[in-house]
Order: sequence, then structure tokens, then C-alpha cells
Amino acid sequence: VGSRSVCDYFFEAQERASEAENVPPVIPTPHHYLLSVYRHKIFFVAVIQSEVPPLFVIEFLHRVVDTFQDYFGICSEVMIKDNVVVVYEVLEEMLDNGFPLATESNILKELIKPPTILRTVVNTITGSTNVGDQLPTGQLSVVPWRRTGVKYTNNEAYFDVIEEIDAIIDKSGSTITAEIQGVIDACVKLTGMPDLTLSFMNPRLLDDVSFHPCVRFKRWESERILSFIPPDGNFRLLSYHVSAQNLVAIPVYVKHNISFRDGSSLGRFEITVGPKQTMGKTIEGVMVSSQMPKGVLNMSLTPSQGTHVFDPVTKLLSWDVGKINPQKLPSLKGTMSLQAGASKPDENPTINLQFKIQQLAISGLKVNRLDMYGEKYKPFKGIKYMTKAGKFQVRT
Amino acid sequence: MIARGKNASDLFPAVVKNVACKNIEVKKLVYVYLVRYAEEQQDLALLSISTFQRGLKDPNQLIRASALRVLSSIRVPIIVPIMMLAIKEAASDMSPYVRKTAAHAIPKLYSLDSDQKDQLIEVIEKLLADKTTLVAGSVVMAFEEVCPERIDLIHKNYRKLCNLLIDVEEWGQVVIINMLTRYARTQFLSPNQNAEAASLAKRKPYVMDPDHRLLLRNTKPLLQSRNAAVVMAVAQLYFHLAPKAEVGVIAKALVRLLRSHSEVQYVVLQNVATMSIKRRGMFEPYLKSFYIRSTDPTQIKILKLEVLTNLANETNISTILREFQTYIRSMDKDFVAATIQAIGRCATNIGKVRDTCLNGLVQLLSNRDELVVAESVVVIKKLLQMQPAQHSEIIKHMAKLTDNIQVPMARASILWLIGEYCEHVPKIAPDVLRKMAKSFTNEEDIVKLQVINLAAKLYLTNSKQSKLLTQYVLNLAKYDQNYDIRDRARFIRQLIVPTEKSGALNKYAKKLFLAQKPAPILESSFKDRDHFQLGSLSHLLNAKAVGYQELPDWPDEAPDPSVRNVEVPEWTKCTSREKRKEKVEKPFYSDSEGESGPTESADSGEGLGSTVGCQAEVPRVDEGHERGMLAWSTAGHRAVPTGLWPARALLTACVSPCPPVTPPPPQPVPTSNIVSTSLVTDLEGLTLTDTSLAPALLSPALGALRSYELLHRMTGEGLSVEYCFSRRPFPHDAHMVAVQMQICNNTDAEVKSLRISAPKPLSGTRIHEFPEIESLAPGDTASVVMGIDFCDSTQAANFQLCTHTRHFYVSIQPPVGELMAPVFMSENEFKKEQGE
Repeated sequence: VGSRSVCDYFFEAQERASEAENVPPVIPTPHHYLLSVYRHKIFFVAVIQSEVPPLFVIEFLHRVVDTFQDYFGICSEVMIKDNVVVVYEVLEEMLDNGFPLATESNILKELIKPPTILRTVVNTITGSTNVGDQLPTGQLSVVPWRRTGVKYTNNEAYFDVIEEIDAIIDKSGSTITAEIQGVIDACVKLTGMPDLTLSFMNPRLLDDVSFHPCVRFKRWESERILSFIPPDGNFRLLSYHVSAQNLVAIPVYVKHNISFRDGSSLGRFEITVGPKQTMGKTIEGVMVSSQMPKGVLNMSLTPSQGTHVFDPVTKLLSWDVGKINPQKLPSLKGTMSLQAGASKPDENPTINLQFKIQQLAISGLKVNRLDMYGEKYKPFKGIKYMTKAGKFQVRT
Repeated sequence: MIARGKNASDLFPAVVKNVACKNIEVKKLVYVYLVRYAEEQQDLALLSISTFQRGLKDPNQLIRASALRVLSSIRVPIIVPIMMLAIKEAASDMSPYVRKTAAHAIPKLYSLDSDQKDQLIEVIEKLLADKTTLVAGSVVMAFEEVCPERIDLIHKNYRKLCNLLIDVEEWGQVVIINMLTRYARTQFLSPNQNAEAASLAKRKPYVMDPDHRLLLRNTKPLLQSRNAAVVMAVAQLYFHLAPKAEVGVIAKALVRLLRSHSEVQYVVLQNVATMSIKRRGMFEPYLKSFYIRSTDPTQIKILKLEVLTNLANETNISTILREFQTYIRSMDKDFVAATIQAIGRCATNIGKVRDTCLNGLVQLLSNRDELVVAESVVVIKKLLQMQPAQHSEIIKHMAKLTDNIQVPMARASILWLIGEYCEHVPKIAPDVLRKMAKSFTNEEDIVKLQVINLAAKLYLTNSKQSKLLTQYVLNLAKYDQNYDIRDRARFIRQLIVPTEKSGALNKYAKKLFLAQKPAPILESSFKDRDHFQLGSLSHLLNAKAVGYQELPDWPDEAPDPSVRNVEVPEWTKCTSREKRKEKVEKPFYSDSEGESGPTESADSGEGLGSTVGCQAEVPRVDEGHERGMLAWSTAGHRAVPTGLWPARALLTACVSPCPPVTPPPPQPVPTSNIVSTSLVTDLEGLTLTDTSLAPALLSPALGALRSYELLHRMTGEGLSVEYCFSRRPFPHDAHMVAVQMQICNNTDAEVKSLRISAPKPLSGTRIHEFPEIESLAPGDTASVVMGIDFCDSTQAANFQLCTHTRHFYVSIQPPVGELMAPVFMSENEFKKEQGE
């Protein structure tokens, strides 16, 4: 049983750091070690007394956050304060004397039912509780991630293949690094104990993969087929990395002209975004953001489409472009007013880009088929592809 | 209220009363409360104990477990005996969930009262033998907490842990892998010692212990885990245990983790930084993954920089330097400073690019940001020290900078440079000193010291111009506030200014001050970290954390590997509960044993001719065992969750290829007297679960081969027949299973024309009769062999046993294990068969 004063060291460190992300994840104090993660603008701190693999703790904290998110939809300070009882119960189940106990959300949900409006109403009337009194069967079975007795009237299995492009583009527009990271997120609502197999048209593309524990590793090794008994609900089936040999087709380009002049208090700013190798798909949800140098006081810009915001305090410029129409390329032009007398900043800002392309997996990965064994009904199957920008940066 | 951090202990009695409450939610919250405050109000906490004791007997396993959990969490010394009892009971509970909770309770009790250690170790030992994946992780955790030094407890469970590993829940995996790393370090020889060992000579060529191999093989798939902690644990295991050639596999997985949350990145990069010093080649293909994005937090940027610097070599240096150029223009000044240092390190490590780097750094001197300039000055100073002669230009340039730079460290560096190489810049040096003397009183301490140094050096080389200045500076220093500076001034004055008193030292002053100074070596701060176990907290902090255990060095001689052989009695000791559970898994485990078992019997059968041959056979048997383990482990991996399906596939895989196997001709049952005892024990070690298997492999003459009764003495009117499966190929038909019968005539009359007749074939079952026995004298025993083809089913074969007077209806039902035939298969073949 520790006192709250241990956390003081953490608050100290937090004050010292200029930005929230710069707080060191591990802080040694005279008697304890503080490990923290930063998510959703909240710090989650774990206090440790003795040697333990730090990743063990950090991974667990992330899992806690994931669970909260799963339970409450969002994970915010208000949410945690409102549901403090459930939070306590969940933490109690997840951890026993510092060792993780049940971390699968399927099991937790059986132990402690997530709060919904309906249930709150029912509970107040009947006086029943959120706490399940049966030991979740999954805990003991050979498939700890799935609960038994799942029933649905509509049996459906959806898979989203989402690929993210991480890239650094240099000033002249040539690619410094580009890689594709993908995940397959699944939403499976199937009755009973289905045994699914998913096969790809071109499994060779996948260079490095990590699986949900439900995937049978042996079959992947020998046949490159994903065979698994899925957990119930939403889960991440697989995340993968596309081999580095394949050249990545960058779907967008950015033309930019940002210049500061010495002595003058005005700078020119111009950005144009255009499509490139999109395989006939439209690019949507384009967002351009850029951290301007401290010397920039304000910006007067006119976009050809979308809206833009410049925050003079954080110096963050963001421009919500929306869809790109290849006939009429979106652009943002205007001037920057600089601090008078200050010399010109030595770095041009980097531009971060976000976009989405529906119905396209940029690596060319295709799911061949999905089969189900073990149950009799015919499930409804669906597969969606999407390409997104991951950490996509353009240096100027 | 607890959540708000208020002390709620005043309400203790009121809350504790609620512990008997029916409402489970209230109960749970009371538990939370109890655990928090029981230590302060020990007497009152005792009130609740009886509720838990009742809970421990509850039929619902969930309630049993949670009662134990809370009971063990209440930190009241008086109840230690109660806790001990509860843990012991729970350790042999039916439900693995309760046993898991018992394992969790062990460290809690240990931290409360460490006198209980011996008893707790007993419980741990018992739980270690548990075969459920649920318990394994928790008990190893308890082991690590309570008795990490008792490595001998692991021996017997080592192989089991390796094989179960993949099915243990992820948190348990981390703990087990870390424990096994330490274990392997003490038990196996280093795979990388070949190079050194060769010079020592007379060492046997290194052969990796099969168990060592088993560990490496079974952990490898875990690199694919979604849990970063597991991946890291495997990575450190490979880094510490695997032969050099195999360590590379972890790089890919670690690079993958870099996509994860920034905290994970931070830890992983720390470890990568250490690894990249030792094994640079490992991460070189992933160089680009360490490029820095402007959105990374500063600490990540600096770590990535560290890795990039470590990875730099002649071939990739140009790309890296180009990257560095972009980084220098970053807005994050800490990061820029780190980049400049990194450039300096690259320049020292790779001679080829030193000039380019130097030029680049000199350009930076005209940067507007003072920090950048200061940092480059410091780095340039270090670089110049390596080859001062050619660079007097740079020194001159830097001398000019003294007017502008305010950062003390940089000023000090420049002064030092000028002083050191004042011969190269004879005109400027006194000028600089003059300026510095003017501003002496306003300088920082570190600069003042360097001014004194400069003055002394100038005095020695160029006393004409600088004598007065030096005197002036020394006088100023004499009345400085800092005693360090006063001391230095006094010391230097005595040393360089010739007076009557000063003696011999004076002559050497020049030598003292202007001696050739060795260039500093710029090296990574991660250099000395590798003695910590990777992935540990201590490694991250570069300091020993509480409870950190050193990774032991490799032993010179491998300890006896046989300690890991599982001994048969261990299993018979298992409680009946264990066995019941066993049965569920039986069809799956036993068939692979069935496979390994007969393999051995064939092996040893050949070797039994003489004692010598038999001794020679031992290593081969071990090999066979290894193969058996392999079959087990490959099947074991994913087969457990799938249940019956692969088990059947395996069964057919084992049974169907029977015909192509050409079995060795049946041998007469060897007389066992010559079998050396060592072989016996070795073979005993081979059987994994079934007691009856092991001795059977040797010979039925040992009497332990399980025989079944076919005809009892009473029903057979004095004639008794027992049968057993001799596990030898039936000579007449490869499809048939040989059944050896012991027919004993207990009557006082002769039994004549004993034979089998009218077999009732049941859908394809065939029986090959034994030759008719003409007569069997009273008290005599005859042994015959018959063959039955069970058609791979466990249906009983029914037939009649006839004597000259009577017919007896009998039936033989084969256990599954007896339907197997030994098959030699390579791993690939096995996989193929399994795939079918």
C-alpha cells in the first residue's frame, strides 16, 4: 500500500517537460519507479518497486486503456470519474498483486458487464448488478479469448483491410522512406464456435506479421492460411508489414512554396495537393497540417476548397481539404506575417498529410476467400479495403 | 472516497459488516476496501476472515478463487497460518482457476512473512508440475518472487514449460521466457564460444544441447505475438542465448514494434541501441526505419539518432549524413545538439568522412542559433584534437567567435583550443587573451579556468607578448570567489613564474602544459549497458533496480542434461484429480508418445545384443527422444486449442503409413539381465506420462508390460489366459497388431488342442490365429503370438478359444496407443502428413 506522494515526482517531471509527449516513460525515484503512458490526453502511471520488464508494464497500461475505451466508448477524465466503480472493478479483475489476471475484453465483459443506459435503468429497478456471478467459461477453456454460448440472429463477419503509408518525402519531392503497414480488423458476430479460415491471393506480400493469439501459427507457416476461432466482437486479427523490396506507390503529391525573407515581415505560403497513382480511386479526407515556426504571428490564406485554421498560440496550421478533384487541384495560398525584427527562421515547416482512399489496398493485397467450419448456418461475409496515410511527412 | 485519496479508515467497522452482503457488487467493493485498509485495523479485519473461510469451501470456483485472493491480500500477520492452509488446499483444487489464484497468493504471503519460505517452495514445486497452461505463468511468477535461486526445481519441468509456452497467456509467457533465459544461461554451453574455444583446443566441437534447441525453437513463433512485452522477451532470449547466426531473426520483429505507442518505442529503441553496438549487421537492413520524423517526441528522436550513429559504416555514411543535415535544421534544439554530437561520433568512427563532417560543422558555426554554434564548437574541438596541424584556419575562425558566443562550455572549448595550438595561431592568441582578461570577472567559472590555462600556455610559448597579461589574469584569479580558481591561479603562478624558490618543477612546466594530449574517444553511452539483461528495467535505467538478478555467465562445462529427464514416479505421484484431467488430453498426447515409444524400442532392440552395444545405443535413444519431443511439440503448438481435429489427423498420420515401413524382423524377446541399469533409467526418463510404457520397451520379461486378462481362471474352468501387446510387428501381416498370449493351465488335467475358432469378424477385423497347441500339461504355461487387424478402430475383436472339451467366448479390446506402429519421419514429412 503506497501513498500518493510517490506521484509527486511524476508531476514534477511533467512540469519540466515542455510538451506532454516529452515526459519520459520511465522515471526512477528513490524507492519506486514510475512508468507512464500517455493516451487520450491522460497519463496512466504505474508504480513499481522492483525489477520487472518495463515493456510488460507499459503494454499492460495500454491494455487497460484499451479496455476502458471498450467499456465506455471514449476514455476521458470525465468518463473515468463517472464510472469510478466500474473502473475499480475492472482494475481489480485485471490485476492481482501486480500480476495481470484477465486482460481479454471478452472475459472481462462476462465478469463485469459494461454499463449501458438500458442496463442502468434495469439495474435500478431490479436491484441487480453489473457483476457476473459465473466464472467466465473462456477462462478455463482452450480458447480463452472466446466466450461460449454466443447467439446472433444475423450472423456476420466483417473484415477491414486497412493499410497505412508511412513516408518521408524530401524537399524536391523524392521519397526518402516509404513503407506500408497494414492491419486486418475484424468484427465477427457469429453464433457458436465457428472455425474460420481466411486465405489471401498474394500472401507473399506480407513480410512481417503479428497475430492475435487465436490464429494458428502452424498453418500460417505451412500454407499461408489464417485459420482461427475468432473472439466475439471487434478485434485485430493481424497486423503486417509489406516487404521493403516492393516499391511503394505514393498516391499523392504536394507542391509547396514557403519562403521567408530576411528583414521583411511577410512570408509567402503556397501549397497544392494533387493525386498521383491512385488506380482510379478518389482520395478523400485529406488533411494538411503543419507546425509553423515560432516567428510566425498570423497567416492570411485563401483555400480553393475546404477550410483552414491557424492557431496563433500553438502555431499549428491545419487545412481540411476533403476530396481531391483531379480537374481542379486544391490549393492554399497567402501570406504569413512574421514577428517584426526577428530574423528568418532557419527551418521550413514540415507538412503532415492525412488522407484516405476507400476500396483500395495500396500494397495490392487481396483476400481470396473466407470459409467457415464447425457451424451449420451461412454467415454474411464482407471485406473492406482502405488505404490511409500513416505518418506521412513532407519536408520543405 | 478511496479514489479521492481520502483516508476512509474511520468507517472500517461499518464497511466490514457488509462483507457478508449478498449483492456481489457491494461485496466486491468491500473487498477492495478491505485490501486497502486491513493493515491499519488488524483486529477488525479479523472479523471478516470467517466469511472468507466459508468462501473457500464454496462450490462455485469463482467464489473460492476470489475468497482466496482477498484473504491473501489482507496483510495481517496473525492470519498467516490460515493463509498457508488455504494456499495448500487451493493448490490441489479441482479447478485450475483456483490453482492459479493459489499461485498468485504465494508471493503475497511471502512478502508478509518470509519465514514460510520452505513451505511455500513445496507448494511451488507441486504447482510447477501442473500441466495446465493457466497455472504455468502464475506459478513461474511465484517462483521468481520467492525462490529464484532454486533452479533445480525447474529441471523436471523444463521441457514441459517449453512445450506449453505457446499456449500460456501472454503475461505468463513474458515471465516464463525471462526465467528460462536465466535457466538456460546456467545449464547450457555458450553457442558462441567456438571461436575462442578453438584456440583453447582439445575442446569437443560444440553441439547444442537438444533442450537448448528446443527452447529456441519454441520461442521463435512468439516473436509474432501482438504483445510487445512478449516480443521483447523473446528478443532478449535470442540475444542472450542464440548462436550468432540466428540472432538476426529478432530484428524484424523489433523494428515492427517501432510502429507502436511512443512508450513502447522508447523502450525498444533503448534495447536496439544496445544491441546495435554489438551486432551492427543485424539492424542495417532496417536503417530507414530509424529515420526521424518531426513529430516524434524528443526522447525518441535522440534514441533513434543513437541507433543511426551506431549503424553508420563506410557504405551508408553518406545517406546518414544527408539525413543528419535535415535534422540540423529542426526546430527542436535539444535534438539539433544531439545531432551535432552524432555527427562528431560518426566522424571519429569513420575516418573517410572526417573532413566532410568538419566542414559541415564549421558551416554551422555561422548559424544564428547560439546553442547550435556552441555545440558544434565543442564537437569541432574534439575532432580537431585528432589532427590539429591542418586546421589552423578553423582555429582562427573560431577565435573570432569568442566575441559572440555566450555559452560557457563553447567559450571554454575555444580557449582551450587556442591555448593548445597557440603555436599554429601565434598572432591571434595573445589578442584573445587580452580580450578575455578584460571580461574575466564576468565569465563563468569554467571559462575562467580556461583563461588561466590559456594564459599559462601563452606565457610559456610567447612570454614576450603575454607576460603582463598573464600576471594580470593571475592576479584577478587570486581574488576570485571560487576557491578552485584561486587554487589554480596559485598553482600556476608557482609553476611558471620563475622565482628563487621554485626549483626543478619550473623547468618542466612547458612539458607539463604542452604535452601531447590524447584525443578523446567519442563513444556511445550505451556501450556499457550490455551487462544488464536486455529488456529489463535495470537496463533501461542503466542502474541496478531493486530485485534485479544478474544474468549468469555461461558455464564452462555443461551441467548434467539428464536432470531434465522427466522421471516416471513424478507422474504416478500426481493426485487422482490430475489423472482425470489427463484423460481428456490423452488421445492427443499418447499418440505422439506411442510414436516415440516404439521408435525407442526398435532402437534399443538392436542394441541389446551386448552390453557394449547397448551402451553405445544410449545417445541414439536420446536422439529418438528428441524426435519424439519434436513430434509432440509440433503437434502441441496449436493443436490444443483445436481439440480433437488435429489429433485425429495425427493418428491417421501415424497409423496409415504402416505398410511401407519395413520393420526389423521380430526378435526373440531379449533377456533383460544384460541390460545395463543406466539404460533402464534412461528409458524410464523417456516416457512422459504413461507408466506402463517404459518398461515395456525393454522387454516383457521384466514383467511390467501391462497384461490384460482374457480368460479368468474361474470362468475358464482352470484355464487362464492373459494377453498383452508385445509391440513388435506381426511377422505375417504388417497390418496386424501382435498380441502375445500367456496361457496357463491351472487344472490338474491336461488341456488338449488349444486353438482359436470361429472368429466373428466385425466389419473388416481380421484375426491371424496362433498355431494350435497340442497339449498343455497341468501347471504349465504356454506363450503364443496371434495377430489381429483392428482396422484402426478400437472395436473389440471377438473370437472363441477352444479346447478339446469347451469353447470360451472372449474378446480383445485394444487401447488406442497399441494400434500405433513406429514410423520414422522427417519433420517435413510429418508436417505434410499432418497437413492432410
